[in-house]
Amino acid sequence: MIKKLLLQLVFFNILFTKKVFAAESKGMPQLNPEFWISQIFWLTLTFGILYVILSKFILPKISANLESRKSQISDNIEAADRQRSESELKLKEYDKIISKTKIEAKNIFNQEKQKMLKDISIKKDTLDKQIDEEIKKAEKEINHLRKDAPSKINKIAIDTSADLIQKLIGIEINNSSISAIVDDLFKKNKEKYYGN
Amino acid sequence: MATNPMTQFEVYRIGPEIKVGAFDISFTNASLFMVISSIAILIIFNLGSKKNSLLPNKLQLLAELSYTFISKMIGDTAGSQARPYFAFIFSLFMFVLFCNMFGMIPYTFTVTSHIIVTFMLASFIFIGVTIIGFIKHGFGYLKLFVPSGVPAVLLPLIVIIEIISYLSRPISLSVRLFANMMAGHTMMKVFGGFVVSLGIVGGWLPLSFSVALTGLEILVAFLQAYVFAILTCIYLNDALNLHH
Repeated sequence: MIKKLLLQLVFFNILFTKKVFAAESKGMPQLNPEFWISQIFWLTLTFGILYVILSKFILPKISANLESRKSQISDNIEAADRQRSESELKLKEYDKIISKTKIEAKNIFNQEKQKMLKDISIKKDTLDKQIDEEIKKAEKEINHLRKDAPSKINKIAIDTSADLIQKLIGIEINNSSISAIVDDLFKKNKEKYYGN
Repeated sequence: MATNPMTQFEVYRIGPEIKVGAFDISFTNASLFMVISSIAILIIFNLGSKKNSLLPNKLQLLAELSYTFISKMIGDTAGSQARPYFAFIFSLFMFVLFCNMFGMIPYTFTVTSHIIVTFMLASFIFIGVTIIGFIKHGFGYLKLFVPSGVPAVLLPLIVIIEIISYLSRPISLSVRLFANMMAGHTMMKVFGGFVVSLGIVGGWLPLSFSVALTGLEILVAFLQAYVFAILTCIYLNDALNLHH
């Protein structure tokens, strides 16, 4: 209610203050022109000084502070970007080196493998040859032994039978007659004992 | 009622009477609070700009946020051409804001609740903006009163309306601030008076209302300073970039 009243007062009477203030000076100190000049003077003075000091000294400093911070931040961002690209380059280089060395290692490995395989095959061949020779030798010996075996056995048989006869009967029998018998038996049983 | 709610707006002399010719320029309580507000602004912003650290402290942050806030406001409303007037609008906003805020402290005096103060500021802005407009555009500035795309029949009427609205700018600008401040402070005083007269029994309701009103008034104090500054920017925009 009072607000409305005051607003009305302000809006309708502002242009006619001279007439109004005489009646309303008790109600509204704002419309009492006693200190208007003083207020205008002090407003001009204080606001003027405030404006001059702010615009000449303080605001340029704040602006400089803001600028320097902005430039510092952008510098830092730039530096970070540069370092990142550098590190990316280095990473690429590193990857290249790694892949290169990998290929090299593979090559070396393959070469060594082939060399080793070759060595192994050579050694295997020589060993095979040696073994074959040994086998052949052994076979020869076996064959030789086999060929000799019947005559030797016959001889042993003749000797043992002569000894046996002598021990059993006490008669010395001519070796040739015994050998004839052994030969005869041998011929008969040759198939049976030797098979070939 | 305990006291007249209007006594808080009374101006009285502090110290001796100073007279220059016929004019009385004595130091008053209004002058005192103008000086206090200005000194507070200068101290805060001087401390806030003294040290330039990459991580700002509270005062520096306050100063820089205010700077960017007003700079952005001017950039948004008046464009880059309004750059030279930044310091003026900054001072204006801070002065009005601090005067409003100091008025919120009990037993203080609200400088901006006086029509003569706000009218002086507004008329200075009005005259300044008009001069800037005429310097920038010559008599072409008068095109401001002739909006484009208006039928010829309506043109005389529109031009008269435009001229009246232009001339009423200082009045509307000053009365808006003054009336807001005065009405708010009067209301608070009235409710404060109710608390006293209703006593311990019924005084709680107006007391709680008074508390809520204090919050609202702080908001209004900021808002009116902002409106005052942004309207100045808009007037400046009209003068700098003539496009109607």
